[in-house]
Amino acid sequence: MGFTLLYMGLVFLIPVGAFLLYATTMSWETFWSAVTQRQVVASYKLSFGGSLMAATINLVFGALLAWVLVRYRFPGKRIVDALVDLPFALPTAVAGIALVTLYASTGWVGQYLDVFGIRVAYTQLGVVVALTYIGLPFVVRTVQPVLEDLEAELEEASASLGADRLTTIRRVIFPALFPALLTGYALAFARALGEYGSVVFISGNLPFRTEITPLLIVAKTEQYDYHGAAAIGTVMLIAAFVMLLIINGLQWWTSRRHG
Amino acid sequence: MQISFSHSKLFNTRHLSRLTAATLLGGAALAGALSLSAPALAQSDRVELLNVSYDPTREFYREYNELFNQYWQNENGQTVTVRQSHGGSGSQGRSIIDGIDADVATLALAYDIDALHDRANLIPEDWQSRLPNNSSPYTSTIVLLVRDGNPKNIQDWDDLARDDVEVITPNPKTSGGARWNLLALWGYGLEKFDGDEEQTYDFVRQVYANVPVLDPAARGATNTFVQRRLGDVFIAWENEAILSVEQLGAGDYEIIVPSLSILAEPPVTLIDNNVDRKGTREVAEAYLDYLYSDEAQHLAAKHYYRPSNPDILAEYSEEFPELELFTIDEVLGGWQEAQQRFFNDGGVFDDILEEINTQ
Repeated sequence: MGFTLLYMGLVFLIPVGAFLLYATTMSWETFWSAVTQRQVVASYKLSFGGSLMAATINLVFGALLAWVLVRYRFPGKRIVDALVDLPFALPTAVAGIALVTLYASTGWVGQYLDVFGIRVAYTQLGVVVALTYIGLPFVVRTVQPVLEDLEAELEEASASLGADRLTTIRRVIFPALFPALLTGYALAFARALGEYGSVVFISGNLPFRTEITPLLIVAKTEQYDYHGAAAIGTVMLIAAFVMLLIINGLQWWTSRRHG
Repeated sequence: MQISFSHSKLFNTRHLSRLTAATLLGGAALAGALSLSAPALAQSDRVELLNVSYDPTREFYREYNELFNQYWQNENGQTVTVRQSHGGSGSQGRSIIDGIDADVATLALAYDIDALHDRANLIPEDWQSRLPNNSSPYTSTIVLLVRDGNPKNIQDWDDLARDDVEVITPNPKTSGGARWNLLALWGYGLEKFDGDEEQTYDFVRQVYANVPVLDPAARGATNTFVQRRLGDVFIAWENEAILSVEQLGAGDYEIIVPSLSILAEPPVTLIDNNVDRKGTREVAEAYLDYLYSDEAQHLAAKHYYRPSNPDILAEYSEEFPELELFTIDEVLGGWQEAQQRFFNDGGVFDDILEEINTQ
């Protein structure tokens, strides 16, 4: 216990604490004007909105993928299972360059989308694509073990008691999976919020349009405006913390309700 | 010994080794004098330097380090191992401020080296006057790279403001190199509109309205132009532009030299605090001084940097066409002022981008 706390302190709390302490060395006015610049506010919308969308997409498809990986047998299943972790292992810049190569209007995928007038690279859609890509493993990896524990007999029992497929999903499977889904969602969201490496390649980084908040933090450090960078960082940290708190609270509430 | 605690002595040693370095350049005839002052350093037969530089100098310094090692070995019998670090100029500068053990810094713009004095007091304020030519042994300029055959018929900066032209340039907020691009445009505008700032602003705004993507760094922008085939013209450092043409196949790109451009001076400096602590001042000074030698100047030209020695530059007149060049000090009052006015928050660049993207 003591060791754990020490570890937590050294690795996590001290850097975050030092960072927050640094942010408090500036006056409230400086802080406020740094975090409410129009360009910065526009980037919050993209960063938070894009991260929420990406996490939502991952929630749906991550759960599906986990389901398929647990319940179905097919050739190459182990390979697919291993591939899920790829976004963890790949340097994010590589992921970004790969995505932009695919989705640029000259790319393998992009040229066909272009026919329909859909542009991914250098748009907000591109940001969501990149964030979805890097967040994929989180939902799969949190839902998968819970699904593995959920025996098929449970569904059979439900069916034999007269429940149709939809009712079984709604009343039996979903409540069991709900906490894991939420955790995966929260992790995918948090990861997307802080992502820099892959997004800057695909987004185009146009202020007010496709500029994410982490890029602005980098831009601030480039002009030695460490205070401004810390101020924006603080806003992101607090917002992310509040969202994670809400999600955790929701999880606690449902687990109490379902006992 | 080289390192001393008293301030005055420190000053003296610096002068002494400065002299030594000059003697070194003087040639073999003075090798005797050198051997008198060298023993102070020649404690071991190996010495290591760390050169913190920016991205496109990688290949040049790899060769230069070998050249310098040979030279130093002949003169001094010591083997010099130079470690290299490359990255974005601004972040490299910040690593030095944060304590990386650099002996010399060779960055993309004086602003990033000024910060070493302003933020951490690692070097004296007058660092840039310590070596010839504003401490820039090689220079470059900003040119235009277009696709083969120049399909959009781009001849000068004016064409970049045309509605049918897409321009690729990185984000000057995060890329040091991209700041030169904007300043080159601005200088051209001032010349064209007889110093009228409003017209110049409009001109630069029109060009940035044609920029579809603002990559955070120069290498990313090259990728966008070359691999993604986005854009009609790429604003680039001359050395990078020639490199692209040579490496990516001569038939694919052409360099357009504008009528007027900015003289890009990537400066070099000793990190006084670090070399005094490590006792490497003498060899580090020689390392920088030797950049101005004929051999090193030819090497710079080989890597597409313009030699600062005018005689050697003249030998490469085919590679480096003559054009009218202005300096940032002449036209824009130096880096500190330019950074403040154009690139800091609420500066000209922010205004332009806000105007373009919120209309």
